Amino acid sequence: MRRTLRLLARPEAGALAAAVVIFVFFLAVAPSFRSLAAFCTVLYQSSTIGIVAVGVGLLMIGGEFDLSAGVITISAGLVNSMFCWYFGVNMWVGAALSLLFCLAVGFLNGWLVMRTGIPSFLVTLGTFFVLQGANLGVTKLVTGSVSSRDVSAIDGFDSLRAVFASSTTAGAATIWITVLWWVLFAGVAGWTLQLTRIGNWIYAVGGSAGSARAVGVPVVRTKIGLFMVVSFLGWFVGMHLLYRFNTLQAGNGVGNEFLYIIAAVVGGTLLTGGFGNASGVAIGAFIFGMTSLGIVYAGWDPNWFKAFLGVMLLLAVLVNTYVRRLSAGKAA
Amino acid sequence: MSDPLVQLTGVGKSYGPIRALYDVDLRVGAGEVTCVLGDNGAGKSTLIKVISGLHPHTSGSLRVDGAERRFSSPREALDLGIATVYQDLAVVPLMEVWRNFFLGSELVAGRFPLARMRIREMRRIADQELRKMGIVVADIDQPIGTLSGGQRQCVAIARAVYFGARVLILDEPTAALGVKQSGVVLRYIAAARDAGLGVVFITHNPQHAYLVGDHFVILKRGAAVLDAARGRVTLDELTTQMAGGDELAELSRELGRPA
Repeated sequence: MRRTLRLLARPEAGALAAAVVIFVFFLAVAPSFRSLAAFCTVLYQSSTIGIVAVGVGLLMIGGEFDLSAGVITISAGLVNSMFCWYFGVNMWVGAALSLLFCLAVGFLNGWLVMRTGIPSFLVTLGTFFVLQGANLGVTKLVTGSVSSRDVSAIDGFDSLRAVFASSTTAGAATIWITVLWWVLFAGVAGWTLQLTRIGNWIYAVGGSAGSARAVGVPVVRTKIGLFMVVSFLGWFVGMHLLYRFNTLQAGNGVGNEFLYIIAAVVGGTLLTGGFGNASGVAIGAFIFGMTSLGIVYAGWDPNWFKAFLGVMLLLAVLVNTYVRRLSAGKAA
Repeated sequence: MSDPLVQLTGVGKSYGPIRALYDVDLRVGAGEVTCVLGDNGAGKSTLIKVISGLHPHTSGSLRVDGAERRFSSPREALDLGIATVYQDLAVVPLMEVWRNFFLGSELVAGRFPLARMRIREMRRIADQELRKMGIVVADIDQPIGTLSGGQRQCVAIARAVYFGARVLILDEPTAALGVKQSGVVLRYIAAARDAGLGVVFITHNPQHAYLVGDHFVILKRGAAVLDAARGRVTLDELTTQMAGGDELAELSRELGRPA
């Protein structure tokens, strides 16, 4: 009995059940969902959310939020694209500069949260708006419009595309490289959480930062590190967008921060921190990919997708709260 | 009496213009229990924070093994063998028992970035150490929040002992517990003392203090109003002082009900 409960209490249990139900559901109602090609597209769609969601999940287990994670993907691409276009330098230089920029934003988020004690929800809401405004403002200053210029002819574009935005086709299946990156990042996150000392610290700073500090866990460094992991993964997806589409719309990316948070919560991550795991977050992102495309394959109005996500989120929270109470007793 | 492990002389602590602690003397030697009693707001938690390294003191001297110290982080105090078990911050409830046991002092193998925890060993040691102290948990993988309050305090104490604590500071370990659970914790304090540790036991319960204490300090409004060894003070005196002493006598006159 206890073993069954323990298994049910694993963060990803609810998400796994939901994923199976949703998968079978779309297989039944959407004929074009039943193909390998469609499955690969679902995986690709999941990976574009799933990569940043890996970081957001870790950060939420560590007890913090990052609302700037959606727009930073666009900021990352814009920094790279416009710097290289304006100065005419190799794209690799811009990519490295963009990485530094994103890590600095992540550090600033974390440092402000830890230094001021202001909830991360507010601090990153601030960064979110700053980045959103700067994306549009700077792009307009540099290019005169709200989209970045074509950079495909600049040196380094092709090699960077191979890293961030290539795909291989075998028969009907097209595997985007982001899917492989997603699996890699999720794997590293899972390994870190379960098997390393830093993972132990992440659970502890999210579960009870005061207790963690009292036994000597470096709370400030751990949390700032988590913010930087999120901004690193945001940079990564930004690179994918830039090298896949070549030009970026400066106003995009807004709203994606919530998709990452939903993926994490649907995957069993506790909103208040200290509980969750990497495979849960990956399943959460996969549910996102399945439904966003499943609705299209079923021929329904895609506008219903957001309503569906909202219902999923509420159900996930209810199931998780109930299961956790059942397994961890009232003390937890 | 042995040489003191920790000795405070005239220690005071101000938070800006607010003085939370005045001129407090306190000593604890190996194999001794020093009880710090006091009402809410008497300065007990400030005193703990000074000794455990959460907040440095602003006046007086704190000596560990005779050497003057001023801690700027709990890690520094821990490294000198001073471990603190807080009433409300003892453990992280959602984490497994073994993860809590080793939190902050994990056993690792290999080098960064491939260093990983020696999980099997950590689980075995945690289970073994807890059994040694008479705490048997059904499953070392269960979240520690599922244990009783007394058991959680004991796990936190066992952890401190295992990691080489020489001085244990216990912040109201019996405050939220029933009689039976308190007994478990008090027995544990006695066991730690007999094992040669110095214990600073903070409580507002004179009965609990008198059961295990060698030395008693009563704080009131940030200053020590009583400082006596066992044998120089009776349980009645402790209880009266704690209940308010002279103030209580005055109050009883004022309210003036016939006996």
